[in-house]
Formats: sequence, C-alpha cells, structure tokens
Amino acid sequence: MTTARRTSIYAVGIFLLALLLATTLVSLASGAFQISFPDLLRIIGNGPSDESIDVVAHNVFWQVRLPRVVLAVVVGASLAVAGVIMQGIFRNPLAEPATVGVSAGAAVGAVIAIIVGLNEFPLGVQIAAFIGGTLSTALVYVLSRSDGKTEVVTLILTGIAINAFAGAVIGFGVFVADDDDLRSVTFWSLGTLGLATWKAVGVVTPLALLGMLISAKFSRVLDVLALGDRPATHLGVRVEPVRLQAIAVVGLLASSAVAATGIIAFVGLLVPHIMRIVLGPRHRHLLWTSALLGATVTLLADLAARTLLSPAELPLGVVTALIGAPFFLLLLRTTRRGQGGWA
Amino acid sequence: MTTALVAKNLVVVRGGSTLLNDVSLTIESGELLAVIGPNGSGQSTLLGAIAGDFVLDGGSVTLNGSDLAGLAPRDLARARAVLPQQMVISFPFTVREIVAMGRSPWRDNNDDTHIDAAMHRLDVASLHTRIYQTLSVGEQARVSMARVLAQDTPLLLLDEPTAGLDIGQQERFLAIARSLVDEGRGVVAVLHDLNVALRFATRVLVLHEGRCVASGDPQSVLTPVLLSDVYHQKIQVTTTAEGRSIILPEHQ
Repeated sequence: MTTARRTSIYAVGIFLLALLLATTLVSLASGAFQISFPDLLRIIGNGPSDESIDVVAHNVFWQVRLPRVVLAVVVGASLAVAGVIMQGIFRNPLAEPATVGVSAGAAVGAVIAIIVGLNEFPLGVQIAAFIGGTLSTALVYVLSRSDGKTEVVTLILTGIAINAFAGAVIGFGVFVADDDDLRSVTFWSLGTLGLATWKAVGVVTPLALLGMLISAKFSRVLDVLALGDRPATHLGVRVEPVRLQAIAVVGLLASSAVAATGIIAFVGLLVPHIMRIVLGPRHRHLLWTSALLGATVTLLADLAARTLLSPAELPLGVVTALIGAPFFLLLLRTTRRGQGGWA
Repeated sequence: MTTALVAKNLVVVRGGSTLLNDVSLTIESGELLAVIGPNGSGQSTLLGAIAGDFVLDGGSVTLNGSDLAGLAPRDLARARAVLPQQMVISFPFTVREIVAMGRSPWRDNNDDTHIDAAMHRLDVASLHTRIYQTLSVGEQARVSMARVLAQDTPLLLLDEPTAGLDIGQQERFLAIARSLVDEGRGVVAVLHDLNVALRFATRVLVLHEGRCVASGDPQSVLTPVLLSDVYHQKIQVTTTAEGRSIILPEHQ
C-alpha cells in the first residue's frame, strides 16, 4: 500500500455507531437468561421501576446485564483510547497498556490495596490501581527511551520485565490472601466483567469520560509527534510537558479500566491498528473512532466469554488474549519487516 | 519579512568533549549562510544551538532582539523552521498530511494556501496521497522541505538539505533556496558540497573541530590553502572557460 485510500469519516462513524448499537442490543438480550427482543424493548421502554412484564427478565436486565454492558462499553473505549495515545507518545504501534505492563502495574496497585485492606475505603482500590498504572507508565517511558525515541525491542522487553514483576506480586498476593480477598486478587489478573455493578459503573465512567475528553486536546500534538521529538519542538510543541500529561491520561484511562475489570489485554493494540488502516494515522478521528470500536470489540469479547461455554463463564481477559496474542505476533512481524529487522 | 539572528560565543560541551568552541554568527534577511567543514566539525550542533534545541554551555542566541531561551516554543516556531538531516516518521501519514503539519504553529484560514503552495514549489503535489515511508529518499527530502516551507517563517535552518538528491534535484532545490532568500528570508544551510556553497551562498562559515576558522564572502573564504588545511586533502580552486570557479581535490 503506497497510496493511502481513506474511507469517508462520516461513513465510518455511522457504521461504527450502528455496529455498537447492534452489539449492545444483542449483548443485552443474550446470556444464560435469554431476553427476547420484544421483551427487551418493552423493558427498556417501561423504565427501571416498572416490573409488569416479567420480574426475572426485568431484574436480569436492570441489575445484571445493563451495568455489565455499560461497563464493557466504558472500559473498551478507555483501553482503545489509552492504546492510541500510548502509541502516539511512544511513536510505536506496538505500545499498549497491557503489553508494556501498565495494566499489570495497575493490577499490582489494586492487589496491594486489597492485601493491606484499602478496599475498606471508598475508591481505595481504584486509587491504588491508578497510582500503580501511572507509575508503571512513567517507568516504561523512562526505561525504554534512548536518544529521544523508543525502540521496539526495548519497549517490549521493558514490558516483559514489568509484567514479570507484576506477576510475582500478584502471585504473592494470591499466596497471602484470605479467601475473601483471593477471589478479588484472581480477578485482577484474569480480567472479567462478571463483577459489574452500578457502583463500579459509577466509579469508572466519570474517570473514563474525563480521560477521553482530555485526550481530545492531544490529537494535533500526537500527529506532530510522529515526526520525532525535535521536529515537533521546532513546530512549537512543548514535547516533554505534553508527553507527561499524555502519560497521566493513559494512566487514568488504563488504571480506571483495570480497577473495574482487571487486565483486559490487546484491545488497546488491536483497535487503534484497525482504525489506522481504515482512516489513516491522524489522531483527530482515530481517537473517537477507536473509542467506538474498542467498546464494540469488548462487548463482543464479553458476549463470547458469557455464551461460548454457557452457563459457565470464561474470563474476558482470556478471550481477548486468545484473539489478541496471535494478532500481536502478526503486527510484530510486519513492524519488524518495516524496520528491516532488529538486532 | 525581516529576520535577524545573532549568535555570540557559542559553547556546547557533551560528554566531556567540546563540540562548539566560541562560535559566533549572524544571519539577516536576504542572506544564505552556508556552514561547511569536515564531518564531525560541529555543523549540526551549531544548527541545533541556533535553533534553540538545547541549553548552551556558553554564549547566547538572540532572534530579532529577544533571547532564544526566553521565547515560547510557538512564537519560535513562527519565526524559524528547521529541516532535519533525516526524518523517521512513525505512522503511515500521507505526503499532504506531513506537509500540513508545517502549519501547526499557525492554524489559520490560510493553511491550505500555504500547504498547496509549498507542495507545488517542491513539485510534490502529485504525490499528495502517497505514504511518506514509501517514497524515495529524494522524494522524502522534498516533502520534508515542503513541510518546512509551509511553516512560512522568515528564517530557515537546513541541515544537509541536498543529501540524497541527484544533481538535477539539487540544482532545483538550490534555486528554491535562492528564491527564498530573494523573498527576504534568511537561510542557514549545512552543506557538504563546496561547489554548491561557492555558487549559492552569500556568506560561508567554515567550522573545524568545533571552531569557526573562517567566515565571509565565499570567493574569498574558500581558498585552496584554507580548504587543504581543514580537510587534510590537497584542494585546488580552478576557473572554467566561462569564468566559473570550481573546487576540486588534487590528484595524489
């Protein structure tokens, strides 16, 4: 592909919205307890207080399925946007919250919080996850850069190291945890939407919206950063402050997502890559379209997690990793070819 | 369009070695200053220093009377553009998207006019939907230069702008540089080709081991004695039948 063929943004936007809407409706209807579409529409139309149709269907919809679907949308969008920003500031299509260890860092923060009992405090775990995630983003940034750029090998190896460390801390957490905490700790490392509650939705959504709103202001700067740090500086960008702010936003988005659902890998890798193929690399449209597609992909993955082995439920992180890891390998190969190999 | 950059007694030290030692220069509207010298003499460091890329270990740079260090990055970006030696771009941006980035310090209604004009001037308009990474070295150099022109600054700093260009492209490129000077802009260019410096520059600055060993009018500065000394190679300056000077290495 030497000439860019870029699809109209309106067509893409409408298609993604329609896809998200359709996926949402299917997700709301499907699961261990099936709700027919006519019932679904009636339950939605009647509102949360009217139980006249079917009490079970009503409760499943309002108390279980809707919070889960909303959480999937919010978390999926956050992870995809975090992926876009991270790839932009690292100038590298392989950067993603999970592969470079940010998600693991957030999980470590959460696990430590659970072990020391911070989960007794409101938002204690979330704040710990945020600190863990932001610290590991900063750590990856400092460790993987040399001469103002991030080499792929260094980035991935740094990710391996941070993930290994996080794995050890989480393993230690499992070892010392009592039975109550064990379930929580396990869930951070596997990733699931099975614990979705309105409370979780209420915590994550404002943080995610805040992160996405701030990310919009980076769109032009992220474009210019693709030229490299010095050319970006020559074009009037304050590179270091911008990069620190962007890292904080990645920390916010990835950590609040991980705080609610545990580690869901590869959404932040796969989604921006697909959108870049369709729309090109300009961040103005890449950011919001990735948010839409990230929501859809996460919903679909969760739908698969809930229905493939129904009534048993697969951890969502397992599903995204099964699809995402081969894709990551493919992307690794093409990136390597694009660079003429690395040694 | 006026510009005046004054660099006084610049010193840059990196890792214990002095890359620039007490170098001064001025550049004004309508001047094309060529910076020449053997590889590793500090040309790129000098360009970086007057671009405001790093904190100096000594000396000062003022642009139109204000200290470079005190200028906001955006104001600086509206006053000077920099063409780097080589650009590695990380995502598959199109030629037009790259050139459009040159407008980012401005962002006004004239953006498209400037982008189109710059692309036309560098003859890359026909490449506008091509992806930068798939272009040849010469095409990439022209696209990068178009981006610099789109920035529409009174001062342009060019680091080896003719590297990778064939002789025809090089002539066209230098004609563009000359026309920029005629428009009243100031251009500083790091050049390796001494004949290019001789023909196109209004002034030449010769760097050797981080020091300025000569500067002034090209005809008077680029002498066989100085060049032979600086490049450790016997060099002669001869005159063609048409009366043009050429710089040539002597046979051993």
